[in-house]
Amino acid sequence: MDVAIVGIGMHPFGRTPALTGLQQGAYAAREALKDAGAQWSDMQFAYGGSASSGSADALVNELGLTGLPFTNVANGCATGGSSLMSAYNAVKSGEFDVGMVVGFDKHDRGAFNADPKALGLPEWYGEVGMMMTTQFFAMKITKYMHDFGITNDGLARVSEKAFINGAMNPNAWRRNPIGLEEIQNGMMVSDPLTKYMFCSPSEGGVALIVCRADQVSRYTDKPVFIKGAALRSRRYGSFEVFAPSQALEQVPGPTVDASKAVFEMAGMGPKDIDVAQLQDTEAGAEIMHMAENGFCEDGEQEHMLANGETRVDGRLPVNTDGGCIANGEPIGASGLRQIHENVVQLRGQGGERQVPGDPKVGYTHVYGAPGISAVTILQR
Amino acid sequence: MTSATQQRPIADGLFTWPAGSPALLGSRCQTCDKVAFPAQGSCTACCSTDVKVEELPARGKLWTYTIQRFMPKSPYNSGETQETFKPYGVGYVELPGALCVEGRLTESDPEKLKIGMDMDVIFYPYRNEADGTEVISFAFQPVA
Ligand SMILES: [Zn+2]
Repeated sequence: MDVAIVGIGMHPFGRTPALTGLQQGAYAAREALKDAGAQWSDMQFAYGGSASSGSADALVNELGLTGLPFTNVANGCATGGSSLMSAYNAVKSGEFDVGMVVGFDKHDRGAFNADPKALGLPEWYGEVGMMMTTQFFAMKITKYMHDFGITNDGLARVSEKAFINGAMNPNAWRRNPIGLEEIQNGMMVSDPLTKYMFCSPSEGGVALIVCRADQVSRYTDKPVFIKGAALRSRRYGSFEVFAPSQALEQVPGPTVDASKAVFEMAGMGPKDIDVAQLQDTEAGAEIMHMAENGFCEDGEQEHMLANGETRVDGRLPVNTDGGCIANGEPIGASGLRQIHENVVQLRGQGGERQVPGDPKVGYTHVYGAPGISAVTILQR
Repeated sequence: MTSATQQRPIADGLFTWPAGSPALLGSRCQTCDKVAFPAQGSCTACCSTDVKVEELPARGKLWTYTIQRFMPKSPYNSGETQETFKPYGVGYVELPGALCVEGRLTESDPEKLKIGMDMDVIFYPYRNEADGTEVISFAFQPVA
């Protein structure tokens, strides 16, 4: 059974002091139901996730106690991708006709606080100051720049594009373009990455209605089909966040494995993709993820960025809604934001930031601690 | 009254201490020969529990690095305050025949760090406890 997305809803990302994370999730859920012309009572199941705003299934207190099976999903930065994959499998199996995927969060300001014990790491690792995701991303891109000739200009161009796209997205948090020079001269967080190159924890909610393909006409005349969804974790030897050591021989990370799997599932290749949302925890991540997902060779990103090939009107538009850099990262919702954006683009509803040429196929990718990646391919 | 300064390692089993020339401790899998750091009771490559603790090489090459520019929140515990905090280098050093180990670097000027440069492990007082005991940790230092 093929599976389609027939409704999308979102609470804008950023800071919303008046609403809890859960309320932002409920807002997104109502928007998605409205978009699909469906009732909450029509939902036969739900998968949802939130990292720091309580259990997602508490949403039933906001939306109604209908007795549906609501499963909480907790998988770090891949929570949204994992929720979607669970819903996809639930419908594909023939068990359910229609259901909801929802994610929301509300984080404190500043870098995420990591607890060594919760991650199976020794106390000293945190004590001496190595328990920082920002350091990992900086060290990974430092090595990548050294090996493949990416420059600081390349990094800054990724952020510049993110803010340009964010300015065109009414749901984005950062809505002002920032120039290359200001990005490069911003406060250095962890060399070579300045504060404008990192995403920050934020707030928001996203919900999607998924439905079996032969019933989509009940809800929409613009269905977007899930052609593949894959989740992978790290293998021995891949370079990952929060690792006190690293094998001498490096192997490809979980993104590479997940990407290969999803292209195979969809029977497609990177050339078939018209628009891509790639995890941009920081500017360097977007650059490395372009290659890890198969969209270019290592090192090609430098001239692709210089030529504007990943801008909205470029050859391969990347992070058309401003990505994590312009939206921040509410963990439970972040992966679903990417899916939301691809549905918007494939429906042709992108407004100012609409990718020209009637895009047909969209790709999403999340990556997060402690080395997991979830990817999807959507087609209208 | 004088008394010798008390010292303790930041964690037991992390490196040989006390010792004339201390060394980091890893565990080598007796089945697949892969090394883990810190030493652990099982192998992350092949699932075997047949591992032996061994001393890691004292010199290696810088694999990658960054500079931590702001003071991390807890669990960071260096005895510094926002006022006294000094940015520090962090990097991975490739120890031949073993693995890459992550550690603080004694150098915090990015201009003086280059991927591939030789680095030595050193052991130093990281912070003082309330009773004056020095907590000893390890770091990597560019070879002069
Ligand atoms: Zn082994």
